[in-house]
Amino acid sequence: MLETIFAWETLTSAIRMATPLAYASLGGVFSERSGVVNIALEGIMLFGAFFAAVGTYFFKNPLIGVLFSIIAGTIIAFIHAVVSIKFKVNQIVSGTALNMLAAGGTTFLSRLIFKAAGSSPHIEGFTPIDIPIISKIPGIGLIFSDLSPLIILMLVIVFMSQYILYKTAFGLRLRAVGENPQAADTLGVNVYKYRYIGVLISGILGGIGGAFLSLEHARVFVENMTGGRGFIALAAMIFGNWKPIGSLGACLLFGLAEALRMRLEGVGIPTQFIQMIPYILTMLVLAGAVGKSTPPSADGVPYEKEEI
Amino acid sequence: MEEIIRLEGITKYFPGVVANDNVSLTIYKGEIHAIVGENGAGKSTLMKIIYGLYKPDKGEIYINGKKVNINSPKIAISYGIGMVHQHFMLIPPFTVIENIILGSEVKNGISLNFKKAEETLNDIINSLGFKIDLYEKVENLSVGEAQRVEILKLLYRRAEILILDEPTAVLAPQEVEELFSILRKLSSQGKTIIFISHKLNEVLNISDRVSVMRRGKLVNTVNTKETNKFELAQMMVGREVFLKVDKAKREKGEEIFRVEDIWVRGRKGLDVVKGVSFNIREGEILGIAGVEGNGQSELIEAIVGLLPLKKGKILFKNKDITLERIRQRRLYFGHIPEDRHKRGLILDFSVAENCILGLHYFDRFSKGIFIDYSKVYKHANEIVEKYQVKTPSIKIPIRNLSGGNQQKIVLGRELSFSPDFLIAAQPTRGLDIGATEFVHQLLVDLRNQGKAVLLVSADLDEILNLSDRILVMYNGEIVGSFSQSEVDEKELGYYMTGVKKQTELKEALI
Amino acid sequence: MKNREFIENLILNIISPLISIFIALFFGGIIIYLLGHNPWETYKEVINFALGNPNGWGYVLFNTTSFILAGLAVAIGFKGGLFNIGAEGQILVGGLISALAGLYIAPIFPSFLHLPITLIFSALGGAIWAFIPAILRARLGVHEVINTIMMNWIGYALTNYLVVNTFRERGVLYPLPQTDKLPSSAVLPKLYPIFQKIGINIPESNPVNYALVIAILMVIFTYYLLWKTKLGYEIRALGLNIHASENAGINVKNIILITMLISGAMAGLASINDVLGYRYRYLDNFSHGLGFTGIAVALLGKNHPIGIIFSALLFGALDRMAIGMDVFTHIPREIISVLQAVIILTIVVGNEVLIRFLKKRRKAIYA
Repeated sequence: MLETIFAWETLTSAIRMATPLAYASLGGVFSERSGVVNIALEGIMLFGAFFAAVGTYFFKNPLIGVLFSIIAGTIIAFIHAVVSIKFKVNQIVSGTALNMLAAGGTTFLSRLIFKAAGSSPHIEGFTPIDIPIISKIPGIGLIFSDLSPLIILMLVIVFMSQYILYKTAFGLRLRAVGENPQAADTLGVNVYKYRYIGVLISGILGGIGGAFLSLEHARVFVENMTGGRGFIALAAMIFGNWKPIGSLGACLLFGLAEALRMRLEGVGIPTQFIQMIPYILTMLVLAGAVGKSTPPSADGVPYEKEEI
Repeated sequence: MEEIIRLEGITKYFPGVVANDNVSLTIYKGEIHAIVGENGAGKSTLMKIIYGLYKPDKGEIYINGKKVNINSPKIAISYGIGMVHQHFMLIPPFTVIENIILGSEVKNGISLNFKKAEETLNDIINSLGFKIDLYEKVENLSVGEAQRVEILKLLYRRAEILILDEPTAVLAPQEVEELFSILRKLSSQGKTIIFISHKLNEVLNISDRVSVMRRGKLVNTVNTKETNKFELAQMMVGREVFLKVDKAKREKGEEIFRVEDIWVRGRKGLDVVKGVSFNIREGEILGIAGVEGNGQSELIEAIVGLLPLKKGKILFKNKDITLERIRQRRLYFGHIPEDRHKRGLILDFSVAENCILGLHYFDRFSKGIFIDYSKVYKHANEIVEKYQVKTPSIKIPIRNLSGGNQQKIVLGRELSFSPDFLIAAQPTRGLDIGATEFVHQLLVDLRNQGKAVLLVSADLDEILNLSDRILVMYNGEIVGSFSQSEVDEKELGYYMTGVKKQTELKEALI
Repeated sequence: MKNREFIENLILNIISPLISIFIALFFGGIIIYLLGHNPWETYKEVINFALGNPNGWGYVLFNTTSFILAGLAVAIGFKGGLFNIGAEGQILVGGLISALAGLYIAPIFPSFLHLPITLIFSALGGAIWAFIPAILRARLGVHEVINTIMMNWIGYALTNYLVVNTFRERGVLYPLPQTDKLPSSAVLPKLYPIFQKIGINIPESNPVNYALVIAILMVIFTYYLLWKTKLGYEIRALGLNIHASENAGINVKNIILITMLISGAMAGLASINDVLGYRYRYLDNFSHGLGFTGIAVALLGKNHPIGIIFSALLFGALDRMAIGMDVFTHIPREIISVLQAVIILTIVVGNEVLIRFLKKRRKAIYA
């Protein structure tokens, strides 16, 4: 049993399982660094997963599927942005409402469009890629072969984001509006604009994360298939101290847990208990992050421009 | 003289008040122009209008003779106007240079180009003759240094007109001198400086001209050389003011309160109060002076029970109360918290509900597990009447009351159980002169009745006027102790900035 | 002055919820239209189905019962500044523990105690499930939002395991994932006899039951708790300003814990309508998002017990209408959760818009 658990396959599947989380988590980083708490990520992922399936199913092209998921994710994020930035509504309330909308809406649409309860028909995802040369190395090569292009894209985006947030003027401003929007405003930085951008980026990334679930992981859309991954991604973001690479690290931890979980199935532990593992891990991780990670100072606080 | 800004008929309404009422004012290029007035006179509002943060309801702004429309700080910046706000607009986890370039970044492709910005900044810093580490995080800077960062922000944006809103409120006297020397250099470089203050000594020291505001109106603009403190004070208040509180001499009474060698660890894990000891006797006001952030807040929080003691003892009438919880300690003293909105009141609770905050579990307000609201209303009405609180009803949210009336509720509540000891932290912050006088008189009355008062204030005038004994806190320690008669503002300043330190604190424990 | 405040309150508390309901119904109408039905006719039909006959009324009241309790649970949390998004899990655990208590603990006691035992255990179960996020928030400062959601998933898996593997019904050929039937001494009787007595002909098959009475008692309880007791004063103080509460000697950690436990207990009680009043047994995942509907109910009812009665009635009617829709037009009943989300969003946005409007108007009066 041990060798099956600690095999290269486990690592490969850990990376696969970490990918949707990493997309969403990174989305969370952009949104919260700009000062908007986005628990709607769960719903964004769910819409992403659903519309990726719809796009792929009708156009027979996973790229269209991903495009659909991006559009859907962006629309949900846009609603969250308008409600929480423009109307300054409590961001948790807005996020919760959007998660309800996603749970009900995708199920509703799925039953209408696919004319079946429970799930969509099978869909074809992307053709996997082998990284030349490295993938031929025995053992470790396994990690670099049979890769979804979305995994590679995720890694590129994570490192790019780290650079954008900490080395560019855009990143400086985005972080500034999340730390002290008033200070940024007095320097002529448009707080609302950067917050909108932050939330919309989270919609795009959350949407792709959802697309990965239906296109690359399950190859089918299943009702409520995100199963709390949006929240797990947020926990990873917190554990990663609201930083792209840190969050990726935390997502890999969760990915590993999920990979092990799948290995554990069929060894006699009831499935329900195996299912609980990521949720319990999330709670442990959050408790462990207390006092070690600091959110942006203005995270979750609507900015009221002093203009009466 | 060449005019640089001209305001004509600026009027600005806020709900319930006219913040600026038909204000016209001309500022000349290169002058240091002070604007004085009480809290709420409309100084800050007027400045925020010039800086594009507020839109005036009426009136026009001319810059260099041209009519302009300043809708946002961005436009103000483009006209060469910069502002240092009363509460610093800095981002603590960012470095000095990041704070400065934000919004006007120099880029190298898509990356930030710090080298280029550094060159520009070094030129400015050298011309003003001070030092600062551009790559230090702002959270590690002293208040004076942070203020310099704010000024650098403006100069980096090539500001020609610098507005400083109460810049000295948070500084020790020596830091004020340093600031003034920077301002004089700037003025000699041809920059125009608008300086808002209510400290008349400073205004007379630094400015070329002074404008006085009262209740939203511009009362008068005078040449500094041709005026004096009393004339300005009278213009500010519209009546004669007594700058001193009358206080009869009193004999030394019994000891009411004592702390012995207390140490407090701050929220960041460092010791912020280091071995403080003092006592207070019946019939005296003990003042604690110090630049903000030197441990006074934590000292009070520890005394009240909000922060745990790392070491030391707290005694009330010789009884050790170190291990008692907030609720038990409340019976020994009243407490006016330094930030009444944060700690003293619940703004969305009614006036009546606020009148029992912290006393709500007293038997006199309850029937078993229930609160007896008829008694609460009676109690609230008593406070409103006794302290002349202006409110249409005791059932409206206290948010709707003015700062002075809110503070009266806090005072009334804290004195309603007749404690022998009152802790007053920044008790007049943000109040107008009328309310300030009211509070000062009340503190002195308490003292004259034989009660003990611990007064913590960043306002040296307040400390010097009211206290019988004065302690100075610097970097978590008591560094100086004086009886009222033996010290002046300047001397206190040396202790507040750590220049001087007494080896023997003879006035701390008497 | 008094008059203006009255009008402002009227607008904020009554007109604004009504507007948001109309927006939601309008939105629903568009969906119905896009699916090729006549919205007007469909609405007429389903409203008649839900409200045009005593049986419909009974069902609406039956739905309302659970919604009141779930709404109160969420509202108590909100008042204390806590987001209990975990009501769903608390309902499941409360329901299962209540059923198990009825099956295995109650029989030890005389029969007049059976019902109190099942009721108390439902609240206890909910409180137990709220305890972990509560203690994590109170002692460690971990925000409750993610933790309560995680507890939903864990609760779902745990109750599923227990009802499938350990306490599954016995003595049937094809057992469903549900417990054995509870003894009649441990369940809540139906209300149709009372209604029939006052001339409302609710049929015997209608599920409306005495849980409704308990829900109304809980409304009164919550009102007194929050606005008349010292504990309620402390809960509301905490929800509005934690720093001032601390300074006032309120034991913040304890109040967080207590508020969360009361909220969880109320959520647990929300299970009785189904478990003790309708099925007389625990069925796996019976709650179907009740905990989340509770959030909508609380928000629409402005977190006030009286407001919650009305918003629960509205959601009760909507739920019944959704079933009618499914029957008549085959539009999936999940449309209801879409409309719930629309109602939440419009009510909170509407509030902000109105508050700003009133502020502006006030300014105009002064100017």
